[in-house]
Amino acid sequence: MTVALSGKKIARQIEKHFPGGIIESSPQSLVVDRESLLPVATYLKTAPGLDFDYLTAITAVDYYDYFEVNYRLTSLKRNHSLVVKTRCYGRDNPSLPSVVSLWRGADFQEREIYDLFGISFEGHPNLKRIVLWEGFQGHPLRKDYLQW
Amino acid sequence: MEIGELYSRRQLDEAEGEQIEALKARSQQPIPDPDDWLEEELRRNILMTSVDSLLNWARRSSLWPAICFPACCAFELIATAASRFDISRFGMEIIRASPRQGDLMITAGTLTWKMAPQVRRIYDQMPEPKWVIAMGACAISGGIFASSYSVVPGYNRIIPVDVYVPGCPPRPEALLYGIRMLQQKIARMSLITQGR
Amino acid sequence: MVIKTEPFVVNIGPVHPSTHGVFRMRATLDGEVIVDMEPVFGYLHRGIEKLAEERTYTGCIPLTDRLDYLASMSNNLAYCLAVEKLAGIPVPERAEYLRVIMAELQRIASHLIAVGTFLNDCGAFMTPVLYMIREREKILDLFEMVSGQRLTYNYMRVGGVSQDVPEEFIPALSKFVKVMPGWIDEYDWLLKENEILLARAKGVGILPKELAINIAASGPVLRASGVKWDIRRADPYSIYDRFEFAIPTGTVGDCYDRYRVRVEEMRQSVRILKQALVQLPSGEVRSEVPHLIRPPAGEAYGHIEAPRGELGFYLVSDNSIAPYRFHVRAPTLINLTALREMMVGWKVADAIIIFGSIDICVAEVDR
Repeated sequence: MTVALSGKKIARQIEKHFPGGIIESSPQSLVVDRESLLPVATYLKTAPGLDFDYLTAITAVDYYDYFEVNYRLTSLKRNHSLVVKTRCYGRDNPSLPSVVSLWRGADFQEREIYDLFGISFEGHPNLKRIVLWEGFQGHPLRKDYLQW
Repeated sequence: MEIGELYSRRQLDEAEGEQIEALKARSQQPIPDPDDWLEEELRRNILMTSVDSLLNWARRSSLWPAICFPACCAFELIATAASRFDISRFGMEIIRASPRQGDLMITAGTLTWKMAPQVRRIYDQMPEPKWVIAMGACAISGGIFASSYSVVPGYNRIIPVDVYVPGCPPRPEALLYGIRMLQQKIARMSLITQGR
Repeated sequence: MVIKTEPFVVNIGPVHPSTHGVFRMRATLDGEVIVDMEPVFGYLHRGIEKLAEERTYTGCIPLTDRLDYLASMSNNLAYCLAVEKLAGIPVPERAEYLRVIMAELQRIASHLIAVGTFLNDCGAFMTPVLYMIREREKILDLFEMVSGQRLTYNYMRVGGVSQDVPEEFIPALSKFVKVMPGWIDEYDWLLKENEILLARAKGVGILPKELAINIAASGPVLRASGVKWDIRRADPYSIYDRFEFAIPTGTVGDCYDRYRVRVEEMRQSVRILKQALVQLPSGEVRSEVPHLIRPPAGEAYGHIEAPRGELGFYLVSDNSIAPYRFHVRAPTLINLTALREMMVGWKVADAIIIFGSIDICVAEVDR
């Protein structure tokens, strides 16, 4: 049975190494801020006892004040999972650091989030539209996208 | 790798995007169905000559489909072509990859604006006389996806359609009935009123 | 004397008889050898995630059918699991067993097409496809008895399944389960040691184990590379912990291993079906759910082992009748991340086989 690790416990562990990086934590997930996303992700991947080597999915959600991007991590060795979230504020040109260097599976998923939401990822080798065509105006999955 | 490439990948993508936007701007109204000649013939009482009958029999008994299968209806088309429903008894077992050798396009699947220029190109490459069967709800009107931002509401925005086969996906028997209707339509063509 | 050649760029697709759907690959060729490759897709992007935000929870089920149209029952099941997790709705016993039966039948049907078209790409023109479609037609008859449809079933509902199976279903299913292992053995006997298949598929398109885990591959692609990870064992959903089945894994991660894993999975699916038929209880098939489901605000992720990999649905609800965010974790999109690594260095004809062995369904890649 894949154990969904408690966000609060992992948050306490991470606070020791990256003070100030955690914005909030709950039993389901933990929210980190933008600057500490990449260091926290590296720590989660390499720390013995955590070993999150499998990035199951990246999703973005548009809550009107902010975009929330969540990373669902799994460890195949230890069979546990964790959800890490981060927020970016502002509707014009939001951006986040890319995790492609840690998990290659993020490649197409980050391009898709860029295409449909407009969030750009710094450090992505090939950030361009993937499911829509170049020249398409707007980002359809935003809540304020008007079709006609 | 940029050796030997005249255009960068970015430029290729942008050229494709311009082509799509131009086609979208041109295709805001559906193309009228090519069957006005059917009523006209009845009105004028033109008799079918024996040359016409022979030609029409030859044409309708060996329709060769060209490939255009984007989505789910493709699998009903494959099932029709397989051994249980056997499209080959109607002379259509050769599903040619090259549109230059095809004379029927069975459009099986949803059309998106990104795919539309390619479908138009395949249609233009088919030699006359050619026919189109729109298979499935997505091909007729956009189907369940009609209100989406990237779906063309029906193939008749891009190419003229002869027969519409409803269903989601239509059963192989329904597709065979649609093919039979097309064969009846072809049987009424004559060299004098040569369709389009 | 070395002849000077110049690489040139060629489009494979989107309208191509062997790309399984509208998928385009921009390949840079040096003679016949691929030196670089870029996949371009999105030719079937229908905006399902946006459309789902306008439909009720039950009304999204037909949309999920059309995601991976070769495994509709699995898509329905994953979505219903996600909504049931979100809203806390229990599922009766008989419905659980019926769900497992449908999911495993669907797995066999999907793998038959995967194996048949893979062999088609290898050069055995239509014969394997016609054999596999013959078996698939028997499964589609069973599905038609149950739901009235041959391809997109819309059978599962939140809280169970939509209707009970008719009386002729169980005898027909028993007959199918008795006959199917014989057919799988016949295909194996014809194809397993076939020289041409071995020459074309062994050692071709290797996906190493570390890369497979790094790109988050799942399903037969991951298992053929040597990782024994199956959601039905690792994180059992529904009632899979009551059945005994083995998880076939490969060793090298080449096309031949992926083909063998799929054939073995078909055998294991028949094994699960036999056990489910014996244990099937009677009872109701759907729990009491309101007509318009209004789950409490929150989020849930429901995932299953679909024939193509780990299919997951991430739903966010804001206590209204339509989902606030509907996201599909598409296994085939993520499996394609390493396509370039697998193809570089091989010839064009091998590229078609490598692509066919990953077994994609373009409607799921593009959504």
